[in-house]
Amino acid sequence: MDTGDGRLRRSIRWGWVGVATVPALFVGYFFAYPVVRILDVGLSELSIGASGLQARLLRVGWFTLWQASLSTVLTLLAATPLTWAVSSYEFKGRRLATALVAVPFVLPTVVVGTAFLSLGFVQSIGSILAAHVFFNVAVVVRTVSSVWSRIDPRLIEAGRVLGAGPWQTFRLVTLPLLRPAIAAASSIVFLFTFTSFGVVLILGGFRFATLEVEIYRQAVNLFDLPLAASLAIVQLIGVTTALYVYSRYQESRSASWEVAGARLLPRPRGAMRWLVGSVVIASLTVLMAPLISLFSDSLGRGFYTGLFGSDAVVGSPIASVGNSLRFAAIATLISTIVGLMAAAAISARRGTLSKWFDMLLMLPLGTSAVTIGFGFIVALDWPVDLRASFWLIPIAHALVAVPFVVRTTLPTLRSIRQEMRDAAAVLGASPWRVWRQIDLPIVSRAAMVGSGFAFVVSLGEFGATSFVARPNIHTVPTMIFRLLGRPGEVSFGMAMALSVLLAAITAGVVMWLDRARVGELGRF
Amino acid sequence: MRLSKLTAIGISALALAIAACSAEQAPGTLTLIAHDSFADGVTEDTFAAFTEETGIRVEVLAAGDAGSMVNQAVLSKGNPLADVLFGVDDTYLSRALDEEIFRVYRSTEVDKVHPELVDTQYRVTPIDYGDVCINYDTAWFESTSIAVPERLESLRAELYASHLSVEHPATSSPGLAFMFATIAEFGEEGWLDFWADLRDGGVRVASDWTTAYYTDFLTHGGPSSMVVSYASSPPAEVVFSEEPIDSPPTGVIEAGCYRQVEYAGILAGTQYPAAAGKLIDFMLSLEFQEQIPLSWFVFPANQDAQLPSVFAEHVVIPDDPARLSPAYIAENRDRWIDEWIQVMEG
Repeated sequence: MDTGDGRLRRSIRWGWVGVATVPALFVGYFFAYPVVRILDVGLSELSIGASGLQARLLRVGWFTLWQASLSTVLTLLAATPLTWAVSSYEFKGRRLATALVAVPFVLPTVVVGTAFLSLGFVQSIGSILAAHVFFNVAVVVRTVSSVWSRIDPRLIEAGRVLGAGPWQTFRLVTLPLLRPAIAAASSIVFLFTFTSFGVVLILGGFRFATLEVEIYRQAVNLFDLPLAASLAIVQLIGVTTALYVYSRYQESRSASWEVAGARLLPRPRGAMRWLVGSVVIASLTVLMAPLISLFSDSLGRGFYTGLFGSDAVVGSPIASVGNSLRFAAIATLISTIVGLMAAAAISARRGTLSKWFDMLLMLPLGTSAVTIGFGFIVALDWPVDLRASFWLIPIAHALVAVPFVVRTTLPTLRSIRQEMRDAAAVLGASPWRVWRQIDLPIVSRAAMVGSGFAFVVSLGEFGATSFVARPNIHTVPTMIFRLLGRPGEVSFGMAMALSVLLAAITAGVVMWLDRARVGELGRF
Repeated sequence: MRLSKLTAIGISALALAIAACSAEQAPGTLTLIAHDSFADGVTEDTFAAFTEETGIRVEVLAAGDAGSMVNQAVLSKGNPLADVLFGVDDTYLSRALDEEIFRVYRSTEVDKVHPELVDTQYRVTPIDYGDVCINYDTAWFESTSIAVPERLESLRAELYASHLSVEHPATSSPGLAFMFATIAEFGEEGWLDFWADLRDGGVRVASDWTTAYYTDFLTHGGPSSMVVSYASSPPAEVVFSEEPIDSPPTGVIEAGCYRQVEYAGILAGTQYPAAAGKLIDFMLSLEFQEQIPLSWFVFPANQDAQLPSVFAEHVVIPDDPARLSPAYIAENRDRWIDEWIQVMEG
């Protein structure tokens, strides 16, 4: 016999399946299926062992690995003085310093590449490393200082009382406590530089090709999809390893937070004032120099008005701004709807299925953007050929942005007490009405922040877009890259002007997000 | 009576529908997808005669380099971004043909093209060709009394190798063409030894043509008295010279040239195949062909086309330039580049 209770539970279960289906299909068709196609094409190429393949894989893979490792070490070294200063002392402008340090990190990669060119960097390995350090210092400063500044000072004092010098206490007390945070920051920086695309393409060209750039070159310039697919497999292995290491350390990082509590930092005194002051000013000057140079160089000789003209080859540069805003709006809409449905599905159930679902949704963020774009052109000719459709641009952006929406909304949804929903259900509200009148109002603020992230991600996205954008439709980042490839000072000037515009729009949205103060930048 | 009237209406409607399908309407605009260097040379006059004759405007869609352009065409196969594609050369031709992106079309003008350039199945139509050749600084060779090398083989000597600038085959299309020339000359067994000798002799490798020609080449103030460039570079020197000059400061070494042929094709899936065919005919007509030398510094495929005097006077058309078959290139290009990199950088 069917009880009313059983029917209700069944309808809720079917409702869950219904809500989970949309994000599952979205990520399944636009991400999982292309990855399977890449594996299929790439593995058969690897098993044939095409001539010269091994040499190329070794050369490109090795270069990717060592430039990412070196970039990580250099970033750690460069970030150390500033991290020390903001972790150990309270001083005027400390908040401003930690905010400014995050600026490079939120900038689109093509903007960073253009800024370094404007500083006079030429295509070389040195330029790539410098830009990687510039880009990622924020990760180290923010991640490490959030732990360092909370270390209980009594631990340090205890060390000193027992007769250890400052260096010995640092080595034996502070450093072990920081190790998980340093490891987490390093694995993130490693992941970013391992999958770095825009910066390497602009500041290295094809001669300093990383896996990402080589996948792009093989797929887009030479149209050797099998070779690109085998490179993508190597890339996937590298990325998965880095993500695994990161997740291991993230668990231990949260453990160390529990031990340490927030504390008031001392103000620097005497000679320390000068040391702290010069460390902060020097670090910020180096970090701001490329942006200042980009801005001041962009002001010359009517570059901004040039954007409104038309170039014989690339068309009208200013049109790309309209395209980008349109695509960002569509991508934001898609990712907000899909992300909210996913978050609702994940929060409604606890259990392994829900956990796996969460993991599946996070994957596109961890995978490189190039792999996403490449997957589209390998796989999306079935069941209908979508590969020439401009819709692929906002869809690719949404795919990268969905995890942001899920991350920002999930904690809020989980905090809603189940009793409230149950009460509403008992009073006769349908599941949809319960969601609309209880969940939605509570989660809407977090959803706004997630949408804001999605918008920023879409505006700056370059890796996937460079695969799916057709020559008659440009976004701002692909237009900047096209202009950089054109000879002549005016084209370069217009690339700088467009970069400044993109940076300004991005900064505007990020500042609005920071005010909403729900999400915290620089935490992952 | 009623029935037959209905039938008549039905038949005429059907006939109209069939007519609408078969006889295409003339489009207002045709889109021509091409590589950047072609788009750079297009002016308002380029297709003016075509527009005047047919009433059809031609819009040029620039799609990066030749490789990216072919890639874009393959990705949008069946639902093409343009009606006609121009600028696919031997390096990428076999990939384009394998993917069947073109509609077969035999141009009315194709008989005026040297038969060696013509695709026997008429999937693509040759429009122009250019030769990648070593250029040399005439003044340097005169003042030093060193003989201008007559064969690629001579370049093995350090005296020459140390004065040669080439482009990287992975990043530059003339660089790739010159690498093909050495493979055609020395064969699979010998070409890497030749490059090893060039390396030991101190050859300079630039990433692109502009750097090699305008930074490394002696004529423009660099250290190398020889550079890999085009057979048409000497007339370009005369045309672009700031002060009028009678003869170019550079010459062409006829040995070791490599011929690149550029083709146009009608993209399968276009709504306007007939108009697209007319555009291909126009691109082979004298009207268009005689603009080619001074707009893009390559040679017209139509043998009746007159070369401008500056070309006729200063250009060298090598007798026997090297060519490799598109299929052979497609199969081996990546391996060759890898091997080249190993010898030169490894």
